Amino acid sequence: MIAVRTVYKRYGDREILKGISFDVQRGEALAVIGPTGAGKTTLLRIIDLLEKPTSGALYIDGVDTGASEKARLDIRRRIGVVFQKPVVFNASVYDNVAYGLKIRGEGRASLHQKVKRALEMVDLSGYEDRRAQTLSGGETQRVALARAIVIQPEVLLLDEPSANLDPVSTAHVEKLILRIIQELNTTLVMATHDMSQGQRLADRIGVLMEGEILQTGEPREIFNRPKSKEIAEFVAVENVIDGIISSSREGVVSMEVGGKVIEGISSFDPGEEVCACIRAEEVTLALSKTPSSARNTFLGQIIRIVSIGPLARVELDCGFPLVALVTRRSAEELDLQSGKDVYASFKATGVHIIKSKGD
Amino acid sequence: MSELAHAFVTALKLIFTGDPEVLSITARTLEISCASTLLGALIFIPLGSLIYFHDFRGKRLLVNIIQTLFSLPTVFVGLLVFVTFSKAGPLGGLGILFTPTAMVVGQVILIAPIITGLTISSLRGVSLEIRDTAVSLGASRFQTIQTILREARYAIAATLLLGFGRAISEVGCATMTGGNIRGFTRTLTTTMALETSIGNTELSMALGIILIALALIVAVLVNRLQQR
Repeated sequence: MIAVRTVYKRYGDREILKGISFDVQRGEALAVIGPTGAGKTTLLRIIDLLEKPTSGALYIDGVDTGASEKARLDIRRRIGVVFQKPVVFNASVYDNVAYGLKIRGEGRASLHQKVKRALEMVDLSGYEDRRAQTLSGGETQRVALARAIVIQPEVLLLDEPSANLDPVSTAHVEKLILRIIQELNTTLVMATHDMSQGQRLADRIGVLMEGEILQTGEPREIFNRPKSKEIAEFVAVENVIDGIISSSREGVVSMEVGGKVIEGISSFDPGEEVCACIRAEEVTLALSKTPSSARNTFLGQIIRIVSIGPLARVELDCGFPLVALVTRRSAEELDLQSGKDVYASFKATGVHIIKSKGD
Repeated sequence: MSELAHAFVTALKLIFTGDPEVLSITARTLEISCASTLLGALIFIPLGSLIYFHDFRGKRLLVNIIQTLFSLPTVFVGLLVFVTFSKAGPLGGLGILFTPTAMVVGQVILIAPIITGLTISSLRGVSLEIRDTAVSLGASRFQTIQTILREARYAIAATLLLGFGRAISEVGCATMTGGNIRGFTRTLTTTMALETSIGNTELSMALGIILIALALIVAVLVNRLQQR
């Protein structure tokens, strides 16, 4: 459906996008995740044909979008977009949602039906006559969403769909996006700096950093097997530990970290400088050394415990810093507190080893 | 003080008893100023839009010149119109000098920079995000321009009211182009100037009160529009 080919975008001396290529299949939901300033919005604006790439090509359904202005307008009319900070026209909610249909010359009766349906989908029935500019941030976001979906777009682009919303409104908007994907079978491209949102809403994730797509894959792959240290840190792998491979045998490597040895599944050769990525939720804690299938067990001292909702983030010193995420109930049962010694364990399969410096 | 109070009371009497001269002057003033504003709107809102929506060399300089002309001296405009339409002038053959038509022409010239310049400012006031939103929703270039104009409608309406305010309150151009002919080209301001000079302060005061009331109505409407 969407084919991005070696797209560069420069503003003066600043290169925002550096040769980006990827495809999005019809009906697929792709989340482009990356830190602020990575070029996500620029990429979305190029796909929405609001901007032209400095070089490279963009094909929608096989049609070269650089062909002519007429072709660009025709393609643009098949795309819906919700901007990061959506603006509404100085008109009623109804007129805002009806805008895209009116400019396409939609008949009055069918226009009314479609607007009504779109407002129902975003839970804004009854808001028709309200002035759109008097709505709250969450409601404005939903009007923008209704305005984008009312034209039944083949492609829906969402730029940070919940960047300015409180957690309740975010949850609401995410629920609506999921419903739209399912009911309308729209191809979705979403930009977000919230990697967990990408995980919740997308079939596939592309990691965009400093204008380059560094990795694409299913959410599970991105979060558990990041390709580089930068990606690992961005997708909140709490433990990214530098070390050197000391031995390698039958796919299991030993990695030396400050006199301790961490075992993981990898094919790196001895002497190579690597990083071990261990998700904090993979680390379990115990008061005594108990027999388990985990190849890695270290005695460590608790440095700090921070409560995060129903979880407790436990920072340990095991000769190297290690973070574990346990339920608060477990933390209470184990009577975890700063200064206490505990055993931290994790499986070799929970250790993802990558090169210390990216390729 | 008592003279002022006397003039004020007499003025109110003239207004509330519906003095024919007061009514006639007020009607003629409104007629001329409304015609000027309407004509100015028809010509200079499109011109302002044309300037805003097109990029060309010297655009910034042109906008600066337009803004400078906001304070165009009314007597200078009066002089231009007088010279143009006087018998020896290039358009003297039209024979419109000292008629309401010449006054309308003068006022249109006077408010042209205000309507053009403030139309440009009104359109600038519409955020770029509105333009992007319209384009992204599939608007053609023409539909995008329509949308931006619609978004700026209250600011443009306020611009017209300001133009009307400028037209109705000026005296120099109206005197020079209309000649202050009784029952024909006398307006609120020109009559006030004349009647005061001959000592008829009561009539001047009555007309002044009407002028202030009209200015107040314009100000209230501008404020209300700017809040929308």
